[in-house]
Amino acid sequence: MYPDSSNHGGGLRNYSKLKYFLGNSFLRICPNKSIELSKKMKQIFTLFKKDLLLEIRQQYAFYGVLLYVGATIFVLYMAIESPDNRTWIGLFWIIQLFISINAVAKSFLQESRSRMLYYHSIVSPQNFVLAKLLFNSLLMLVMSLLSMVLFSLFLTYPVQKTVAFIGLVFLGGWSLSLVFTFLAAIAAKAQQNAAIMAILGFPIIIPQLLLLMSASSTVFNLKVAVPLTNVLMLFASDVLVILLSLILFPFLWKD
Amino acid sequence: MNKWWWKILCIILLLYTLTAGLLWNNVPRVPNLQETIRNLYFHVCMWFAMMILFTASVVQAVKYLRTNDLQYDIRSREFAVTGIVFGILGYATGTIWMSYTWADPNTPTTASFSQIAKEPKLIGAAIALLIYFAYLVLRDSISDIDKKARIGAVYNIFAFAFLFPAIWIIPRLLPSLHPGGEGGEGGNPALNYKDLAPQMRTVFYPAIIGWTLLGVWITSLKVRMRFLKEKNLIEQWPEK
Repeated sequence: MYPDSSNHGGGLRNYSKLKYFLGNSFLRICPNKSIELSKKMKQIFTLFKKDLLLEIRQQYAFYGVLLYVGATIFVLYMAIESPDNRTWIGLFWIIQLFISINAVAKSFLQESRSRMLYYHSIVSPQNFVLAKLLFNSLLMLVMSLLSMVLFSLFLTYPVQKTVAFIGLVFLGGWSLSLVFTFLAAIAAKAQQNAAIMAILGFPIIIPQLLLLMSASSTVFNLKVAVPLTNVLMLFASDVLVILLSLILFPFLWKD
Repeated sequence: MNKWWWKILCIILLLYTLTAGLLWNNVPRVPNLQETIRNLYFHVCMWFAMMILFTASVVQAVKYLRTNDLQYDIRSREFAVTGIVFGILGYATGTIWMSYTWADPNTPTTASFSQIAKEPKLIGAAIALLIYFAYLVLRDSISDIDKKARIGAVYNIFAFAFLFPAIWIIPRLLPSLHPGGEGGEGGNPALNYKDLAPQMRTVFYPAIIGWTLLGVWITSLKVRMRFLKEKNLIEQWPEK
């Protein structure tokens, strides 16, 4: 589905620039900590920009996920026209789950082995995984918003508190993207496809999905407040994923 | 693990659990439990043993990542497998208990399944088992030994870090029939000192130790067997 990108010269035209950026910041040893931090940020930003550029140049992947979103919601619309609130929110989060698996899966699977070796020689694993987490978060935020709009268009819109709902959708999309980014790294290293991501991810994501569902079931009623503890717990689990990725990714990274 | 005294201790404790647990007439009469209350010595101990074995598996995974010594990887896998067995036994004993206490006697047991399966403690246990099944699928799908060990250990640690929050979070979100679930308080029923009659503790605590030791014993046998099988891979395996 995602061919080896080494034959997409166009996507990698900026490579020499990238090499210059990363190489410079890696080789120069700074005595000053603050400069080091800014170097770090620069590395992360450069890797992030590379992913963004690839996404913009090879738009078929982005549109592929978009089509997946549209087609799934359309099929759902054919199957079930006006679901009640409980079903509506349940279906919404299940769709988000599958979208995030599809959107995030390619982030590591698209990197060829030789390119990973190249990254290995110029950036630290922490910076690399942070850049990936950042990019996938952004991608998933866009996808969540789009799928929310489409979902609301096709399958009625029973939500009363739109702002709170958008906030929860963003928070949920972010949580999903973080967990599945790390699992994509595992799947890519195990040379497996996206199916193993689902197997690995579902048991881990169940508590977060339950938190999201119970939090977002309050958006149908103006009188019920969104439970703050659920939102805080989701934030805490997101922080946990980021920390674990930082600790564990270096072990995946070395071959 | 080549000491033998703990194996004898395990046998004695389990014999004590089986005889005292099933025969000793010291259990309180709880209206909807009656004699099924004795299942506490088996059902709850299975979950204790499962969690302890899974924790041991994660500890071995961390040890593997620190040392790159393959023996820890094998230990980690075997602890996970034994933990799964204890989890399934926990389900089995739970099913027996449930069919006497929760299930509606007027309908077939299968009819009340969908209600009972939403029980938070069951979901927590299901997550634990699914995580370790996924771990086995992932680990055994890779052919390269070092890679298999490393990726398996990484997933083991990552998933375990989510397992405990899951067990704390879910009981707060769902209503529960299970002991320890009232008032949205959640928590572990066996660790709630108010719930358990004091005279039952004289059997319950030895039972936990006994079943856990049995799990460790089974694991140590499986580890030794695996060491023998993989002997040709590495020159210097540890003795046991």
